[in-house]
Amino acid sequence: MSKSDIKRLSRKFRKKVLSTSKQFGVDAATVDREILREAILYLRDDTKLLFDYLREITCVDHHEREPRFEIVYVFYSMSRKKQVVIKTALPEDDATVDSICDIFGAANWGEREISDMYGVKFQGHPDPRRILMYEEFEGHPLRKDYGKQNSQPRVALLADEREPIEEETQAPDEEPEEQDSHQAEESDSAEETQTPDEGQEESDA
Amino acid sequence: MGVDQKMPEVTTTTLDSLVDWARKYSIYRYPFVTASSDLEHMSAASDSHDMARFGAEVPSVSPKHADLLLVVGAVNHKMAPYLRAIYEQMNEPRWVVALGDAASHGGPYDNYSTVQGVDKIIPVDVHIPGNPPGPEQILDGLTKLQQKIESKN
Repeated sequence: MSKSDIKRLSRKFRKKVLSTSKQFGVDAATVDREILREAILYLRDDTKLLFDYLREITCVDHHEREPRFEIVYVFYSMSRKKQVVIKTALPEDDATVDSICDIFGAANWGEREISDMYGVKFQGHPDPRRILMYEEFEGHPLRKDYGKQNSQPRVALLADEREPIEEETQAPDEEPEEQDSHQAEESDSAEETQTPDEGQEESDA
Repeated sequence: MGVDQKMPEVTTTTLDSLVDWARKYSIYRYPFVTASSDLEHMSAASDSHDMARFGAEVPSVSPKHADLLLVVGAVNHKMAPYLRAIYEQMNEPRWVVALGDAASHGGPYDNYSTVQGVDKIIPVDVHIPGNPPGPEQILDGLTKLQQKIESKN
């Protein structure tokens, strides 16, 4: 129930708070990325707000919507026991945002994970290495256009990882084919009952 | 063994089967543990489902001393070179058991980062199914490995 905190934020940064929302008890504000650092400093330092705990920092990839990426910060106030969510939208061709590592030390690995998985660049990050994937890996796996099973093995594999999926081309023809196969099975079984007799006759001969 | 060149065949066969008997009842396992199947593996190794009944209670901390590479849990592509390095450091005779669904064939992790089965990296002797397998299934896999040790040589 931190709606008043969102209102306080909107009053301070009037036009740069682009939208606010409330969903499932969570109050969120979407903020222009130019004032992101100012807004987060305001949330942390203002005596009425005191959001001093960064709980979560994630990214959402809206695949075909412009702006494509949305960085989500979840802040919590330890003294007031209130939670608020701040979001920033980034376009696909300019997916950069200021890093907040010097404000909240907890953002360090979270921002590294987002830059590894989504390709968003954080300006001013002290250690912008890959964190989850290995160095030879190419691409950003949690983007919606990265194939889910598109693996890049580091070691020469002894066999194929997955079997190729047979294409489903003739779905309605399957039923007559099954009937044909039933008839074929019946004729096969008839032939099979004959062959042992023939085998015995041959062995006798 | 140079014994079979000097002694008659009956003695060599008895010696071979004696060596197999000793090998299968004193397995030194190298637990290559990555994920949650280890809880069941630890339970199988401890008092209630006792692995010491089968002689396999000694875990080895070095691959050079181990007979059995016990791969427990999912292996990533990031981890794959290290698993291969450990397998290559083991001395013959060596066996590999893939414990759990994730090590056997990728399990529920059908994605870009998990190897779909450890047998794509190293040759596996016994697969133990289950996610995670219960301790009884782990001990069943161990007895199958013992049968394999006995029959192979």
